[in-house]
Formats: sequence, C-alpha cells, structure tokens
Amino acid sequence: MPTTFNRREFLKRIAFASTICGSAAYVAWAPEDYPFSLKDFTGDRSKPEPSQFTLPDYSVELPAGIPEIGIGRDMTTEGRLTKALDAIGGLTRFVQPGDVVLLKPNVAFDRSPELGATTSPELIEVLIRRLLIDCRAQEVRVTDNPIESPADCFAKTGIKAAVEKAGGRVLLPDGNAFRHLHTPGAELIKSWPCFYRPLIGVTKVIGVAPVKDHNLSGASMGIKNWYGLLGGRRNQFHQDIHTIIADLSIMIKPTLTILDGSRILMRNGPTGGDPAYVKSWDVLLAGTDQVAMDAWAFVNLLQRDESKLPQYLYLAEKKGAGKIDTANRILEIS
Amino acid sequence: MKTLFRLTNIRIISQVVFLGLFLFVVWASWTTRIQGFPVSRFLEIDLLVALSTALSTGHIYRFLGWSVLLLLLTLLFGRVFCNWMCPLGTLNQFFGWLFNIRSVKERQDQNRYQPRQTIKYSILFILLILAASGTLQVGLLDPIALLHRSMSSGLSVVWDSLISSTSFTQLQLAPGTAERIFTSSFWIGLVFVIIIVINIWYPRFFCRTLCPLGALLGVLSLFPVFRIHRDVELCTDCGLCLSRCEGGCSPEGSLRLSECVVCMNCIDECPENALSFSLPPQKATPVRPAPDINRRHFVFAGLIGLIGFPLIRSNGKVNDANYSPLMIRPPGSLAEAEFLKKCIKCAQCIRVCPTNVLQPAGLQEGGIEALWTPVLNFNVGHCQQKCSLCSSVCPTGAIREISVTEKLGFGEFKKEGPIRLGTAFINRSRCLPWANEIPCIVCQEVCPIAPKAIQTYDEEVKDTFGNLVVLNKPFIIPDLCTGCGICQKECPVSDKPAAYVTAVGESRSQERRLLLRYRTNPEES
Repeated sequence: MPTTFNRREFLKRIAFASTICGSAAYVAWAPEDYPFSLKDFTGDRSKPEPSQFTLPDYSVELPAGIPEIGIGRDMTTEGRLTKALDAIGGLTRFVQPGDVVLLKPNVAFDRSPELGATTSPELIEVLIRRLLIDCRAQEVRVTDNPIESPADCFAKTGIKAAVEKAGGRVLLPDGNAFRHLHTPGAELIKSWPCFYRPLIGVTKVIGVAPVKDHNLSGASMGIKNWYGLLGGRRNQFHQDIHTIIADLSIMIKPTLTILDGSRILMRNGPTGGDPAYVKSWDVLLAGTDQVAMDAWAFVNLLQRDESKLPQYLYLAEKKGAGKIDTANRILEIS
Repeated sequence: MKTLFRLTNIRIISQVVFLGLFLFVVWASWTTRIQGFPVSRFLEIDLLVALSTALSTGHIYRFLGWSVLLLLLTLLFGRVFCNWMCPLGTLNQFFGWLFNIRSVKERQDQNRYQPRQTIKYSILFILLILAASGTLQVGLLDPIALLHRSMSSGLSVVWDSLISSTSFTQLQLAPGTAERIFTSSFWIGLVFVIIIVINIWYPRFFCRTLCPLGALLGVLSLFPVFRIHRDVELCTDCGLCLSRCEGGCSPEGSLRLSECVVCMNCIDECPENALSFSLPPQKATPVRPAPDINRRHFVFAGLIGLIGFPLIRSNGKVNDANYSPLMIRPPGSLAEAEFLKKCIKCAQCIRVCPTNVLQPAGLQEGGIEALWTPVLNFNVGHCQQKCSLCSSVCPTGAIREISVTEKLGFGEFKKEGPIRLGTAFINRSRCLPWANEIPCIVCQEVCPIAPKAIQTYDEEVKDTFGNLVVLNKPFIIPDLCTGCGICQKECPVSDKPAAYVTAVGESRSQERRLLLRYRTNPEES
C-alpha cells in the first residue's frame, strides 16, 4: 500500500472506480443486442430454453412381397425366434454389420421372470447373440426406465445377467440421462423427458415386449413398451392413457418389434405376482407393424374378444402408426 | 538419521488400509455389489455398540461378539484402535496435519493435556445410563456410526453428483439412480464438517474431547501390557515429544494412559531415544492411569442420564398413544421401544436401500430420541417386494434379519402373513377419479400384491363439462395391503398424495394393528 496520498494516486483511484462502475453499468444497461450486454428488462432472456431433440426413423425399407409380421411357434426360445424372424426375411435384413442396436425390453418391475411382468431373459440372451454373431452388430445396448429401482429391476428379472452373458451392455437411467424429446404429431407428449443417453449413436432400435393384461388400457404389449423410454411425471399418463399410448406409437419408429408370447400375463396386470396368472405358451411375434401385432396378440394371446380391442389401437391407426387389420400381412411358421 | 521402518510408518500403512477398507465397504453397500459381503464389520467390532446394546437389551446380537477382538487389542496395547484403525481418527489426524502450519512451540502447547479432555468420559457415562434405561443414543457420537451415517446420507450425495458428470459410473455410490434424496443430509453433513474443520484450531478435538468410544477404550487401557515408556535417565525434558502428540496424553511427564492413542509420534520425535513402546521394565516410570474425573463428575453425569430418559421419552412417540403416522419402520423392525434400544443410527440400512425410501428421521417422526433413525418416506420411494437388504446389514438387529419369503408371507410364513409396514388409504378429496372425475388409477396399476390390494369399481358419470366418462374408482383392501407405499410414490397428486400410507396396521406391534381379522387369509393372526 502506498503510504503517501498524492494527486497521481488520487487520479488512479478515480480512474479505477470509474472503470469498474462504467463496465458494470454497460453490462447492466446496454441494450440487449449490444455485445456483452446482460440486460434483461422483461425477464424473457433469462427464461430457460428447453433443449429438445427428435428421434430419427429407425425403420428399414423392406422389399415388397415379404410379410410384415412373422409368427413363430416352437417349444424353445431359439426356435420361436428363428421361425418368426425367418417369416419376415431374417434378422440380417434389419441389422447390418456395424450397427449399434438398442434393445428395449420391459423391465418395469422387480419381479422374477416366471411372473410374466417383464420380458423373458432367455429371449434377450438369444437375441443379443443373434445380433452380435449373425448380424455382426457393433454393439448391443439394453435399456429401460423401470418404475422400481433400476439396478434391482435389471438384476432380479434376470435381464442383466442375460445381457452380460451374451455380450451386450445394460444402461441404467440416472438423473442426468434425460432430455426433452420432441414428437411431432403427438397430442399430449409433444415435448417430454426421454431417456436420451443410451440413444446416442444408436442406428437400430428393437422393442422386445411381453404381453400383459393392463387394467386401465386393456393390455400392455408392443406399443405400451415405449413408455419405458420416457421419464418425468409419467404417472399423469393414466388420465388419458389411450391418447398417450397412441402418441407412443408415433413417438418412435423402431426397426423391429418383438412380442414375447412365452409367458402371457392373463390378469392382475401389469404387475402380476402369482404364477397362476401366467399362461405359458410357445408363440413369438416379430414384425414392423406394432399396431397389427398388438391387435393380433390381444385377440390370440390374451384371448380377448376382438370387439373389445383397446381404444388406443384405433387411435394409433388413425395417426398412421399401422393398421389393425392383419389380413395377408402375417406369416406363421410352426 | 531417520529410518524407513519406523513404527509410525507401519501405523500410517495400517491407517490407510483401514480407511481404504471402510471406503470400500461404503462403496460395496449397494444392491448390485453387496452379494452377501459383510459390510457392517466396522460397526460389529465397535465395542461401544456391543456394550451399550448389551446394557439396553441384555443380549449381544449376531456378530457384535467380534468386538471381543477390540477388547483384547485394547487390553494388550491400549487405545491402538483410535490411531491405527478408526477411520474417523485417521481423517481427523489427516486434516489436523494438513492444516497444521504452526511452530514447534505452538504445537507443543496445543498438544498439552487439557482438562476438557475429561468431557468424553461424562458423555460415555451419560450414554451408557441412557442405554441401560432403554434408549440407545451412542450412535450420535460413536465415531464408526457417525462416519457411516455421514457417508451414507451426507457425503454420498456430494460424491455422486460430482461423479455423475464424468463417465466413471462404477465409482458412484448409487449408480443407475436419479439424484438420491436424504431429508436430513444437511445436518448430518454439517456435524461431520464441523468435526473435521475444528481440527484447524484444536487438533483431534473430537477424538480427545467428545468420542465416547475413545473414552471407553481409554478406561479399558489403564493396565495395558505394552505402553509408551519414558527412560527418565535419558530424558532431557526438551518437550519435543509433545510436538506431534496425537492424544494430548502428557508423554513428557507421567503418561496418561487413558488419553494415549499409541500414535508412536513421540518415539519418532525424541532426540535422545528416551521413549519406547514396550513391556514396562521392572522399575517403570510413573503413569497416571485413571482419567482426571472425580466422583462429582460421575454424580452429575449420572443425574443427567437419569433425567434424560424420561425427558426425551415424554413426547409419547414411542408408546402407542401418540405415535406418528409417519413413523413407518423398515420391514423386520422390532416394536418401537425395542427398536430404540437397538438402533445406533448408523444409516447402513439407508445406504443399501435401492429405492431411496429409507430416510434419516427428522424431529417430527419420533422427536429427539429417534433422530436420524430410519423411516420410510413414500414420497421419495417405496419398499420393493423382493428386497430385504436393510435387514441383512443391520449390525444390531433393530431390523431383524428376514428373508424375502418371510417379508412377503409366502411358504412357511403363510400363517404369520406378510410383514406389514402400515396401511394405505385413499384421500377421496384429492383423488382424481373420486374428486375430479378424471381417470387415473395409477395406484391400482402399480400395486404389487397378488391379488391387488387396491381394487376399483367402474362408474359411468357425467363430468363437469357434460362428457360421459368411465371412471375406475380405487379403494383399498386393508387385509391385503402390506404398506409398501408404491401407490403413494406413484400417485400423480404428488405433493400430498391421494393414496398414502400411515403406520397403523404395522405388524411389528400388536397394539398398532388395524384389523381384528384378515378376511383374505383367516389363518393369519
């Protein structure tokens, strides 16, 4: 510190004070389009801008003459999957070497696979092997945003062990993993937090869903499975579940949808909880039209009356997600 | 000439190993990592935990008997635990060393014995009297419980939020979860920060002045086989031994055995090699074994203990007349009075809980007596069906070890029925279908019981705008409800959920039962 206070020192301090105040005044009061201006008179500038992303179309063009839906009937998981996929031209039609594939099973609850509330781990394991070996996919990721503890759900449904055994990778959601997804054409979820991180770099998406009873909407199958990609306050969805599921049908255009008909949850859905509610069967559906697949599964797997088809299927059809009528588009191999 | 193989170097290695083990154990206490790993061993060799629970319950639970190892160690070598093993002691010493920029003279003065060091004996005495009266409060200050709690519900949040922006997710304490919530984390973290920061002004303030475990081990180390010995012939009374003394135990005069934490620094510092850690020679230097406490201290501390118990109990939160509806304990918990005899507030259960539903209680659930004991907050999470981790890590049996089969009341436990944490209710004036004619029934959908404890009946009504809507109106079947709380967690009326669980009907207490008989399972009693 200088011990004498002279004119030079006085001028220096005056200059110092005016520089500080001048720059502060500029930053605070300069019109908003000036450089370095921080002025925000109306409060509009400091409003957070939600950064949105949109999902690309993951579907694959298929040559004409190949059915859109394949049904495989066999006593083994391997056999069912092979037959269903063969009916629609084989898995290699959909996944090319070097693809990064995202599998979206239904792991919503912390339940044993026997209870039918989640996708069967055997199917996931076989499918990942196929993708990595037959299709030479670069990487297979498996993800879901469960309702219960993610780590527990993946461990106790057996999905985690199956994925790791087959050489895939499980991605769990955490607080930072979500970004707003913009879905054009959606009514209620135009912009909603979506589990974004596992989608980075993905070229193909395959939904692998169980077939379950669902009290409010009728049934939870292929379309409802995409619920698990969303975050945020999902519990509001039940206020208009059919519109939501119809929105889900156009939210993502998956490469392929697989419906696992090996353990069908006939009632007390979607949680189940008693093996008595589960019907074991030998069916598997693979295809590109989720609406038709869900409609077929509702009638033939859940064995409900065709006149009681869930309303969301009609809404989804109206939105152009697919067609309910399966005539001439289905091939069954048993 | 300093050699590499000094006792102090071995001590530092031991401290690093034990601190590392402690941190590993905290890391491993996660649902995907635990795999039966004994994550509560530090608490189970804690002699204070074993002694105080033995006083309060008359029994020594499960692995608490391992604290005999610590007893033996202390009787042979004195308070070696404090400076060789205790992770909080290591942290205190480390931060004391880190902040220490004083001259030798100042440090010597700082490490001289202070009369306040007797406070810890009074604290110990008060805590033991409270334990014998029936409320266990040792966990508030026991260093292991305190550190576990600070890690679980204080620092883990800080650590995970730092790590989450990197890709080292395996280092996270709770990977694959959204931000974990701990309702008392600020206060728990603040206590820890104060304990660490106070080392700047008073090195090892906690260890020397407050630690009840240190006091207990101090009392036990009055007649050790090995101890610091000063050769009066060689000693020049330079006082350098004080410059790095960790215990404040007067190594320059007659050693205070109950304060000495056997850090061996005095041996290092002595320029005359007058100090050694050995069997005492036949003609030993005088020591002052007993701490400086007199009968008056005991009488006052005893009085505080005796007054304390009725005073903190008098809020009636423990008995069944005035219990809080929020006092929902983890599955397997003992009845409230027994629970408070055993819970050391170590937060191990809170640490392992995969859904984050377990929270350290604030003052509203059980008052000061139950502060930081585990309670379930169903706004944050729910109790998952196939999980009994909290019961398997509890070191003292406040949460009895149960299997998932027992929890769900399957198989051989059909007669006992499921373990009920409370009962769900529906607030019809906040429920969307009941109050606002808007379809919802998320609660019914997520109810994990088979058959569902939330059922609906369908009604076609005209809503406010004249539209016909089919409403499924939910209602609870208390006979089936186990109080898992997922209905409350998932209810879209999220600030004060329309479906909510309160403690009534919990199976740990006959007096808090709700139903005379369970209509769905008449066997259950």
